[in-house]
Amino acid sequence: MILYVIAVGLSVTMGLMGFINLAHGVFAMAGGFILSYSMERFGVPFPLALVLAFASVSLGSIVLERLLYSRLYSAGELAQVLFTIGLIFVSIALARLVYGTLTAPVFLPDYLTGQVHILGRDFPAYRVFLIAFSAVLIFVLWFGVERTRWGAMVRAAVDHRGMAQSVGINTKRLFMLTFALGSGLAGLGGALGADILPVHWGYPLEHLVYFLIVVAVGGLGSLRGPFVAALLIGIADTACKYWVPELGAFLVYAATIGILLWRPLGLFGVRA
Amino acid sequence: MSGYVADPRIRWPEWLPWIVALAAFFLLPEYLALGARILIFILFALSLDLILGYGGIITLGHSAFFGLGAYTAGILSAKLGVNDPHLQLVAAAAAGAALGLATGAVILRTKALTLLMLTLAITAILLEVANKMSSVTGGADGLSGVQVNPLLGLFKFDLWGRTAFLYCLTVLFLGWLVVRRIIYSPYGAMLTGIRENTARMHAIGAPVYWRLVLVYTISGTIAGVAGALLTQVNQFVGLNVLGFEISGELLVMLILGGVGRIYGAFVGPAVYLVAQDYLAKQFPEYWYFGIGALLIVVVLFAPGGILGITDKCLSFFRPKSSARASAH
Amino acid sequence: MRLLKGLILVGFAFAASGAAAQTVKIGFITSYSGLNGNLGPYMERAVRLYIKLHQNELPPGVKIELITRDDTGPNPDKAKQLAQELIVRERVDLLAGVIFTPNALAIAPLATEAKVPFVIMNAGTSVISTRSPYIVRTSFTLWQSSYPLGQWASKKFKTAYTLVSDFGPGHDAEQAFTRSFTEGGGKVVASVRVPLQNPDFAAYMQRVKDARPDALMVFIPAGKTATAVMKNFSDLGLDKAGIRLIGPGDITTEEELPNMGDVALGATTVFHWSAAGDRPANKAFIAAWKKEYGANETPNFLSVGSWDGTALIFEAIKQQKGRLDPDRTMEIFKRWKFADSPRGPISIDPETRDIIQPEYLREVRRVNGQLANVELETLGTAVKDPWKELQKKK
Repeated sequence: MILYVIAVGLSVTMGLMGFINLAHGVFAMAGGFILSYSMERFGVPFPLALVLAFASVSLGSIVLERLLYSRLYSAGELAQVLFTIGLIFVSIALARLVYGTLTAPVFLPDYLTGQVHILGRDFPAYRVFLIAFSAVLIFVLWFGVERTRWGAMVRAAVDHRGMAQSVGINTKRLFMLTFALGSGLAGLGGALGADILPVHWGYPLEHLVYFLIVVAVGGLGSLRGPFVAALLIGIADTACKYWVPELGAFLVYAATIGILLWRPLGLFGVRA
Repeated sequence: MSGYVADPRIRWPEWLPWIVALAAFFLLPEYLALGARILIFILFALSLDLILGYGGIITLGHSAFFGLGAYTAGILSAKLGVNDPHLQLVAAAAAGAALGLATGAVILRTKALTLLMLTLAITAILLEVANKMSSVTGGADGLSGVQVNPLLGLFKFDLWGRTAFLYCLTVLFLGWLVVRRIIYSPYGAMLTGIRENTARMHAIGAPVYWRLVLVYTISGTIAGVAGALLTQVNQFVGLNVLGFEISGELLVMLILGGVGRIYGAFVGPAVYLVAQDYLAKQFPEYWYFGIGALLIVVVLFAPGGILGITDKCLSFFRPKSSARASAH
Repeated sequence: MRLLKGLILVGFAFAASGAAAQTVKIGFITSYSGLNGNLGPYMERAVRLYIKLHQNELPPGVKIELITRDDTGPNPDKAKQLAQELIVRERVDLLAGVIFTPNALAIAPLATEAKVPFVIMNAGTSVISTRSPYIVRTSFTLWQSSYPLGQWASKKFKTAYTLVSDFGPGHDAEQAFTRSFTEGGGKVVASVRVPLQNPDFAAYMQRVKDARPDALMVFIPAGKTATAVMKNFSDLGLDKAGIRLIGPGDITTEEELPNMGDVALGATTVFHWSAAGDRPANKAFIAAWKKEYGANETPNFLSVGSWDGTALIFEAIKQQKGRLDPDRTMEIFKRWKFADSPRGPISIDPETRDIIQPEYLREVRRVNGQLANVELETLGTAVKDPWKELQKKK
């Protein structure tokens, strides 16, 4: 489910803005580090640390967006891919320099550890929390995109930037805010997931494939898509490992190929 | 970008790389191991340039072909006892072609992100398979015990890497001839057309899809041969030949050199590997930083790579040929 | 006459000093960058610290030059290329280091062909030292820790479940443990091999829990994977279900213990060294480390392997007065005994060129507010690599 929170941010930037941001994992990593650092060094309580992760990564991403990303909005896909790969490399080197080679330690608050008894089976409390959180998040986001003015403006701007500008929508600022939201979500995802997907300097590359799979399978530009995809992939992966551990991650990739061939735009994709 | 306007005869500057390589062989005998590695990656980069620079297919999974070729050669020797280097090359080429055809036919119907994802997924699957089938591939420990008989019965692979270097040079030369032939043919012109304006190509009735599949297959074949070379030179195959890092590094090398022009594939790997050899020794932790920063700078300010920059420099000195220069 | 004697004496003096100016070049290959391998600094620091502290033991005029190279992780082709260059370009006298098994296996034929002694300071798969007569290993093998672990476990537990990473050392650990555990009367209810790159152990842990073994034997590479295993172990409630977590010491390495937190308490491991080991040589080693590198820094088992490996090299240098002949060096290596290792007395097995060392049973406990691997008992003082011993009997 962490995959979802991180991936929905990617779906937002890629789908709504049409920008292939492979460096999305960098924002997730940053969020994870911020959470760990603030909790360890400054004793910030967990919920506040999550907010902090979201906020600071959002703000940081705005800086990056203004300086670098905005130059490439109209460049070809190749340029975007290459640029973001370069960004990944730079960030992991920086992360290594600043934080060293160890992982960011995370200690969950007691009320989120242990097990929860539901319907006769024990479930790890934290994972239950994550699923619930993600469900709430999707609702909030859906509401925001479908029902508010802001959402309408974003959709208009993506559908036809020129037209949107001529009706007075400040597309530059809109994209900036959207990018900030997407990246902030990534930071939040990284922070939430820091316990399960350990945060360390190689994080963005290690999980790049998974983020991309969730987005591609779920469909660009959709919010439900990555959620469903993350659920599907998460369940399939876990089930596979439980029943047939010898196959490992094989099934996930095979399923991805199958789904993408059947539906090249992803399960819920709306635009190519 | 060279292509439909250029003359297919070999111009004299095109002999430069080979002269440099031969000079290196005689003057720098201690660097031949690095040299062989550069040659192998040049061949690999050529195969990527075919599909990326000329076909416009963005892939992050090219190591699938490289790794398949590497393992084919390795398994043939270590598990099946076939030590003849020529047979190993042929087998690797066939494997690369088969994979190229099979996957190309399937995934080239898609575009952009979906295509990218599929290339990644295919490579990931191959990596998993290699990892799991450790009785055949050696798994995470790698495949050792690869033996290569002396070339033509005479030339043994020696510690100094002399045989390896000349062998790779020869194979690269042949590969280069093939790639050049393709690019300067009407087929190559069509590829450029597909890359530049697919809709129009469809409109004039060109079978876009099959042309792309063909170039993908050829590219896979060449990449497979490059992989086999690596196995033969090292007499070992590790899982990293199928990894994402090699695909990413190759992309960086090609962009660095200049994509869409054959010699970018020569310059890029040479500069990258030499720099890595030197710099990564001094500052290993900062290597990724340097490469990332370089990539960003190149994308933002010098999309043509090193050769693009040299073109611009040269065009200052040759105002009359600006028509030719701008065709690049 | 006196002048002549004087001249002869002076001549001798000149000859002696002239012959003594020697540099021993060591080609050190380990992983500094790269995603899976960046534990290189733990090894290099140990080597340099040893050299610094023991410089005056070298014969007069002899210097050591350490040439380091980065293989960027488990990349055997790169490792082989680096080794080739070190041999051909830098003309090193010795090769040393190497974290990963595939890299060691790729370099082995070069060591044989060029006759360059190769001191392996980490890679732990048993078969490595058989690949070249010029290989000697000062680190450990998985059989050395997992075999005694199985023997001890068979007396305490009736059933066990094994979970290992799917690569050489993992297979070794699994086979070693299974063998001695079943020989001792225990039953291994099931075994699973998890992919090397996968951190999400929840599903596997659930399966283990459902099988209800008395103990879960785990081997995964040291580092963040170990932490993930620990967390999943407790998240899924295996500790509450009464399952004991055991394994070779790689699963509770010193630098990861702070990250694991209290979930690691009670984990029982078998290993050749622990920072908490109460030996004068160990205390001196750790104190010297902290003095040189900072009070917050601790060495780990890679450092110990490298430290002892350097001591081994020093022995060869001292005995040959800085002029290293490969075959003579190997003879010296084979006969080496070292009582002052931080792990206790160690030696090299002349038949297999592998290390003979003590193995300790340890448990993770809180000592002075910090988690440590407390050594409970010594399971063996001079444990040879059981895998090779068993091969001999065949």
